Formats: sequence, structure tokens, C-alpha cells
Amino acid sequence: MYNILFLMSSDIETIIKRYKSGRREDLIPLLQEIQDDCGYLSEEVIVKVGGFLGLSTTKIYGLATFYDQFRFFPSGKIQITICNGTSCFLNGSQSVISKIREETGILPGQTSRDGIFSYEIVTCMGGCNNGPLITVNGEYYPHVKPEQIPELIKKLRYVIEND
Amino acid sequence: MEDLKKFLTGKVLLSESDTLPEATEKVLRQVRREKTDNAVISISSGTSSIIAGSEKTWSAVRSYIDYNEPGTELVKVGCTGPSNFEPLLCIQLPGKNKLYFRNITEEKVDPLLNGVFHNDINKDDLVGQLGNKGFELWPGIPFLEELSFFASQKRVVLSNCGCYDPENIDEYIARGGYSAYIKAIRHYTYEEVCDIIERSGLRGRSGGGYPTGLKWKQALNTASASRYLVCNAKESDPGAFTDRTMLESDPHRLVEGIAIASYAIGASNAIVFFRRGSEHARQRLQKAIDSALDYGLLGHNIFSSGYKLHITIRKEPGAFVCGEETALISTLEGKRGMPQLKPPYPTSAGLFGKPTVINNVETLMNVPLIMQNGPEWYRTIGTRNSPGTKVFAVAGKGRLSGVIEVEMGTSFRTILEEIADGIREGKKFKAIQVGGVSGSFITAESLEMVVDYDVMKENGVGMGAGGFVIIDEDTCMVDLVRYYMEFMRNESCGKCIPCREGTGRMLEILESVIRKPTDEDAGTTLERFKGVMQLETIASVMKDTSLCGLGQTAPNPFLSALKNFREEFEEHIFDRKCRANICRGLRTFHIDVDKCTGCTACASKCPVNAIYGTRLQPFFIVEEKCIGCGICYDICKFSAITVK
Repeated sequence: MYNILFLMSSDIETIIKRYKSGRREDLIPLLQEIQDDCGYLSEEVIVKVGGFLGLSTTKIYGLATFYDQFRFFPSGKIQITICNGTSCFLNGSQSVISKIREETGILPGQTSRDGIFSYEIVTCMGGCNNGPLITVNGEYYPHVKPEQIPELIKKLRYVIEND
Repeated sequence: MEDLKKFLTGKVLLSESDTLPEATEKVLRQVRREKTDNAVISISSGTSSIIAGSEKTWSAVRSYIDYNEPGTELVKVGCTGPSNFEPLLCIQLPGKNKLYFRNITEEKVDPLLNGVFHNDINKDDLVGQLGNKGFELWPGIPFLEELSFFASQKRVVLSNCGCYDPENIDEYIARGGYSAYIKAIRHYTYEEVCDIIERSGLRGRSGGGYPTGLKWKQALNTASASRYLVCNAKESDPGAFTDRTMLESDPHRLVEGIAIASYAIGASNAIVFFRRGSEHARQRLQKAIDSALDYGLLGHNIFSSGYKLHITIRKEPGAFVCGEETALISTLEGKRGMPQLKPPYPTSAGLFGKPTVINNVETLMNVPLIMQNGPEWYRTIGTRNSPGTKVFAVAGKGRLSGVIEVEMGTSFRTILEEIADGIREGKKFKAIQVGGVSGSFITAESLEMVVDYDVMKENGVGMGAGGFVIIDEDTCMVDLVRYYMEFMRNESCGKCIPCREGTGRMLEILESVIRKPTDEDAGTTLERFKGVMQLETIASVMKDTSLCGLGQTAPNPFLSALKNFREEFEEHIFDRKCRANICRGLRTFHIDVDKCTGCTACASKCPVNAIYGTRLQPFFIVEEKCIGCGICYDICKFSAITVK
């Protein structure tokens, strides 16, 4: 465990070093890059970024919570994205969302306790004639029906647990 | 490779005359793949194609040609438009017209290609042929441009989409790209470029319709050491995907548009503010910028003109309000994306206090075309006050969907009936929603309205960024309005009270309208009625007092739905009925005693145990307990359960 933390902090150092100037406008790209790398923004990271840019931790936390992108705990091994654009909505994405909520027992943006699932709702993925559309770890599942969800979740859980 | 680069930059881009010598044209034709000795197969590769499985098709075609027709060239092109036809595959045999085939999934590849290469064409998946001068035509096969989907369109901005490899700059230059830009920076002054755009009458395509040339001039005339150009590629309206499709299919034209616009306002830094989640489009744009830099089209001292330009891409961190100009600037400055009071407008004091021009993708895509063909040519397209074309993302319940482009002045009926080919499954048309979450509804009575900034404004409909959602009778308008309001409530930044509280309050009331009435006492009923009466007042206060466009336009869908579908609202409120059977809280289920066999399937699945009965006898539903989830309705094999 200690090793992992150690590795992560050295990674962050290299990312921070790339932003030499340390100006305020670097804050969002910096946080984005760290999140792409680590998957989430830990407390330690926010303190470190604050020290580098000369900003208070509360300011950074306030900014990061304002935007939807940033998360403060690790995402699940399986990340589901559900499209809730108008076209998917008309084709019944709401019942898909409630079914996924029921099956995983979590709200959008949260991670299930076993660390397997997390999901988020996005506005439009551009597959408007394939609605309702979801992606599982980047793979598209067009025309999803709510009754297919339990089986899909079971299958995904099985794959992770037996991996 | 290096030779071609030298040839294109030296002989083509720096050529002073309008017509190129025959020898140069010959090379360009080869780059454009118009004269090849081998067959060319192109497969669309936008997001909607990938969702439909174009990557698998690509590898299937690859293995087929490696094994059977080794000389064949395989190209990834952008999206042609109709997303129902994806994956779209185009085959050009040497000297013959191009043939388009639709829905070519993995397993269809082998039989299709076998047929084409042995002169036995499968007509089932055939869309049509695309004619080109000097090529042999296929007898008995319709032309692509004669199909009603394409015939009613005027493809100017989308003219390159689906025709070339978006990752190949050579092809773009061979199609006449970047020549307008090089001409502009070598021969025109900043003012002259602004003048040309102003004369063309181009209006900002982001909804407001502000004249682009005028905006540029305002920024140019503000004295400052540096200026910025920001391309707003953050289309986050649900149901809009025009910008993304254009970026995936024709990123070079956007780069050229940005470059010309930056030159016109004397900016040496341009920023593309990119939507999160369009990773594929972002990679393509980054590649386009990198190759333009490699060809010396960007960077320092471009083509010895002394002008320098850098384009950077910034990913948006995810907030709908960032699409607003001043909020976008705050985000770029590393602050919370909250709107500011205007004036000062960004053209006088924008990013870092410097004059900034913010244009959206579609506006900038028009710019190279105007510079190439002249403002007079542009004036011939569209209507008098709104020249040009408009790109829409047609989605929803239409038979066809995808990205389309129509001339200004085209009626909504034409788009609905000819391009989208009517409503799916013979259902009845209800409305068209244009302008995204803050747009309005166009009903059957106003279908004759034409696409034009002024005409639409007179009718109280905003043009919006390009969302075009077709709604049929199966959609409940109250539920749809609630959906838009929920979106707005989540996305309101919270800076000003009318928007923050107004969206929340409106959502609360709309939710109470569609909630189950059973356990309601007299007090809550009274509250609901009081609330409903307040809806219109809240909407008008929000419209008048909100700080930015988000709050001012947030009640639009509600007001427009109330105006056009008042009876549906009244049914929900007074009769507690939803005619589309969408609102779960208002649905009631009944068991038909003649059809029910007493199989107990529904009773065992009911989550609230509201279904009672004895085995092999007809069951019944206790209405007071029922939550309207519809599980029994879905599970019944004898269709004994009816919904009201």
C-alpha cells in the first residue's frame, strides 16, 4: 500500500513540473491531467497543487466541486456511462437509469462498496439513432432495454470477481 | 512524403493564379484519389459509425482485401450524414462511379465485396452511386443526390464530410484547402478580411445570430497589445452533435477557419474550448493542428508573411453554463465558470482583460468558404437577412436521423417530411424541438415556418446551436418539460437567485403534477394547485431578472409547451391523466378478468404486493397500493393487464 502511494506522488511531481509557470489558468488543465492519470483527486493531491500554485486548498476544492468532471474517490473497475440526451430520453433512458441504480445500489458519481461499479449520466454521446445508449468501459451498447440490465450487471460482476 | 509536402506548399498554396497548370492538377487528382488504378474502399469512422460497429467492419474489409484483392486501397473517412446508414461503406472501382452501401456490419463484408469485385452487386444494402465527371456510371442505380435525404439539403459546410480522410492534410490541400488562408495572410490586411466577412452577411451560428464581421471589427478596433480568438466547441445540449460530427469529418476546415479569424482580428493565440467526452474528435483536431504546424501553416512567420499563430486545445471540465461567453472566459482563466455582467463585452475586455472573439464551430467552418468563393457567392445562398446554410442534428422519433445541412429559407416541413422521412412506425407527429434545452417547440400548425433568424425570432423560436428533436405522440410533454427543467436545475451555476431558486421551484411543481395522487391529503392538493398557478409568474420573473442566457431561457420549453399543449397540462393537473402513458405516477393498471388465467406471475413480481387473488382464478390490483411501476404489465404473457 505504501509503495502505491509513493509511486503516485512521484507521478504527480512529474505532471506538476510540466506546468513550469504556475499561473492560475493552469489549474484546470493540471487537475484534469492528474485525474486522467490517477483516476481521482485525493486530498494529498489538492494540497500539493495548492502549494504549487499558491492557492488555498478550499479555493481549489471549491472549483473542483463546481465542475462535474472531478471526482474525489476512485472510480469503480467498471465504469458505466449512460446517455440521457433528448433522443435517448424519448426512447426510454430514464427506465434504464433507474434499473442500473436499482441493480448497483449507487447514485451517479458514486462507487459501489466492493469497488466494482460506478456510473455517470452524460448529456449526449452522439449515437442518437441508437438510443438508449450506454457504454461500459468505453464499449458501446446500443438500444439497451431495461430488462437486459440485470443480466449485464451480473455478467460484468462475474467477470471482475473471477479475474 | 517530403516531396509531396514541398510540392503542395510550393506549387499549390503559393500559386498566384486561380487556375493551376495541368501537370499540377494531375498530381492533385491522384491525391484526391480520383484517378487510381486500384479500387478504393472508404469506411465512415465518426462516433455514430463506431457505435454502429464500423471498426469491426474495417478489420473485416482489411482481412478480405489482404487475402483477395491486395492492391485495393482502404481509407477511413468522416461521416456522410445519415446515422441510420452506419456503418456506411463506399466502393470506387477504377474509372467507375462511387457506390455506397449501408449498414455493412462485419458479417456482410465478405458477400458484399465478393459481389462487387465479380460484378454481381447486392441491391438490398445499396444506397446509390455518386456521380463524377469522366467516370463510367452504373446503369439502373439511383444517384445519391437524387435521394430525398440529400436532394432537399444544400451541403456547403458539410461538403467535405465523408469525402476525404480527415487525418490527411494532403487531401485537404488537394481539395482546395488552406489556399484561402494563405491568400488572406499574404494579400489582405486585417480590415479587409473583416470587411469581406461583413459583406457576406455571415451571422454567428450559436443562436443569437450576431453579425460575425461586426464582432471581429469591434475586437480589432479595441487598442490592445494582444487579442485572443476562442472557438467554442462545447456543444453540451442534449441531442446536439453537429460540432462533433464536423470535427470528426472535416477538422482541417475548422483549423483554417480559426486561422483566418485569428488573422482578421490580429490574434496570435487561438484556443479551442472542447467538449468533454468527444475524445475521438479531439484527437482528430489535435492531429490536424499538428500537421498544419508541420506544413508551416501555423507557428512563427507563416509563409514569410510575418504573422504568427498558435492554436491550443482546452478540455472543458464539465459544466453546461461554460457555453456562455463570460463563463467560458472565467473557466479559461482557471476560475469557476460563472457568468459575468455584460458590458464590458468580451470583444473589448475578455480573456485576461484582452479583446476576445468567441465564435462557434459552425460559424468558423463557413469562413474559409467565404474567403475562397467571395462574399457575393455567399449572398446567393439563403435568405436576404440570413445568408448561408444551417446545420442541424436531426434526432428523436424521425425515420432517419443524422447531421444535415439546409439552406436558410427551407421550411421545417421539408426537413421533417423529406429529409427525416416522416415519423417512425407510422406514429402521429407532435412537435419539433429546436434549440436544445432552452429552445421551443414547433407544432404541426407552424411547420410552414422557414429556417431564418428573423422569421424564427418573430415567432418566438430561438435558432439554437443545431438541435432538432422530432417528438411523436408517444411522448408526454409535461414529462419532457420536467426533464429539461431537471437538466437546467442541475446546471444552474447558482450565482443569481432567480435562476438558482426558480429552476428548483419550477422542477418541484412540475414533479408534483406528475406524482402519484393516492396518499395525498387536502393540504398537499392545495399546495399543488397554488404551485401550478405560480409557474407562469416564476417563468416571467426568471426571464426578466436572470443574469445570463441560461436563466433567461430556462423557462422557454415550459412556456412554449404551455402555449401549444395547454390541454395536456390541464389533463395532468385536473384529470390526473397522462395521455401518452408515460408519467408513472398517473398510470393505473387493471386486470381483464376474461383474459387472466391466474398464473400468479404478476402477483409474485409486484414490488408492493398490490396484486391479490387465488391461483387459477382471475387476480385484481388494489389501486391505492399500486405505484404504477408497470412490472405486471410487462410480465403478463396473456396481455390481460391494461393500462389507463
